[in-house]
Amino acid sequence: MYLDVVTPEAKTFSDEIDSVVLPGSEGDLGILRAHAPLVTTLQPGELRYVKDGSEHSLAVGNGIVEISNDYVSVLTDMAIDQDDIDATAVEAALERARKELSDTDITEDAEEIQKAIMQSIAILEVHRRRKGH
Amino acid sequence: MANLRDIRRRISSVKNTAQITKAMQLVAASKMKKAQDQATAGRPYADLMNKVLVNLKEQCDEDTHPLLQEGKGDKDLVLLITTDKGLCAGLNTNLLKIILTDAAKDASYVTVGAKGRKAMARAGRDLMADFTIDDPVSFADSRRISQFIIDQFLSGEIRSVKVGFSNFVNTMTQEPMFETLLPIRAIDLGRDKDFVGMGGNSKPVEVVHGDLGNYGGYIFEPSASHVLDTIVPQYVDYQVYQMILESRASEHSARMVAMKGATDNANQMVKDLTLQYNKARQAAITAELLEITTAMKALE
Repeated sequence: MYLDVVTPEAKTFSDEIDSVVLPGSEGDLGILRAHAPLVTTLQPGELRYVKDGSEHSLAVGNGIVEISNDYVSVLTDMAIDQDDIDATAVEAALERARKELSDTDITEDAEEIQKAIMQSIAILEVHRRRKGH
Repeated sequence: MANLRDIRRRISSVKNTAQITKAMQLVAASKMKKAQDQATAGRPYADLMNKVLVNLKEQCDEDTHPLLQEGKGDKDLVLLITTDKGLCAGLNTNLLKIILTDAAKDASYVTVGAKGRKAMARAGRDLMADFTIDDPVSFADSRRISQFIIDQFLSGEIRSVKVGFSNFVNTMTQEPMFETLLPIRAIDLGRDKDFVGMGGNSKPVEVVHGDLGNYGGYIFEPSASHVLDTIVPQYVDYQVYQMILESRASEHSARMVAMKGATDNANQMVKDLTLQYNKARQAAITAELLEITTAMKALE
């Protein structure tokens, strides 16, 4: 099975894998070989895949997943490998976003910030879990 | 005949100018390369999105989506993408000419880039918002703009959204474009635009149906319309991002060509001035010799 993670800026991940668990908007979604063709939406969270018996994670943002012919394609606006996470920077960003959120009274801005916060939390979650290992 | 020292001074000043323009040319060349790479890096994203859109279109009634319907308002919104700085030949002028003739006078304008903002203010157009985008362009920045535009469109005061930008054809050619962004025409969904991924060599996306094996089509979770609701705004985000990248690549290539011209001109000028300098020097020597010989003749 093949997994592709693409953002508008780059192809973050592209490799042969054994299985993958995606943060779908309807809950986590485990994909094994020979899955039926499926398209679903993604919410910010942790994408875990198993390759050669070992598990690895990516923090992903909002997006779409397409599965066909043993090919899992993830279209998202953010994708960060677990090893590339800069926890202190993300925590600072989260702090900033929370402050902005309490300062703003424009609904559209608040929604955008809310989204950013969700993404930061997703990144931190991935980081925290990996550190526990 | 001009003063020798004056000519020498001019030569050195023109040489300095040539050095600066040469440096600017090299910087622009590398920045252009970066913008191009960035646009091509998003290529797989566009391909995949198109594939999903083409399949989605068959499974749900896409015409009901608000971003595919003409807005309820009576005003147009124009997003104008220009450069912040000059020295890029006729790039902005060509684009602004089209905007000033083709765009509705009573439209609201959203600008990216100082040149466009100033021109619209001068023409007395209604400026709604102005965004600055750093170099290199980040998707997060461009999404702020597209989200703002989508919100405006859905607010019900806007009929349609058009975008004026410079399309990068190749290093020598940049084409000013005035494209409709919203409402999206259903027929365009899933089709390649020539400004996506550094067009020029773009070809229509093949609709792939056969590769789903025994399955009739995709399963959409939770539903096809829900997926459509998610993907259409992302489609708009991506379009705006690509338009900005095209403009950036155009800017840098135009500047590179302009600076190459300037460097060539400066070098030619140094050549001419050196010739003039040598002539003047020769003339001075001849004059001196003449004076000496006449003086000697007079003494005999």
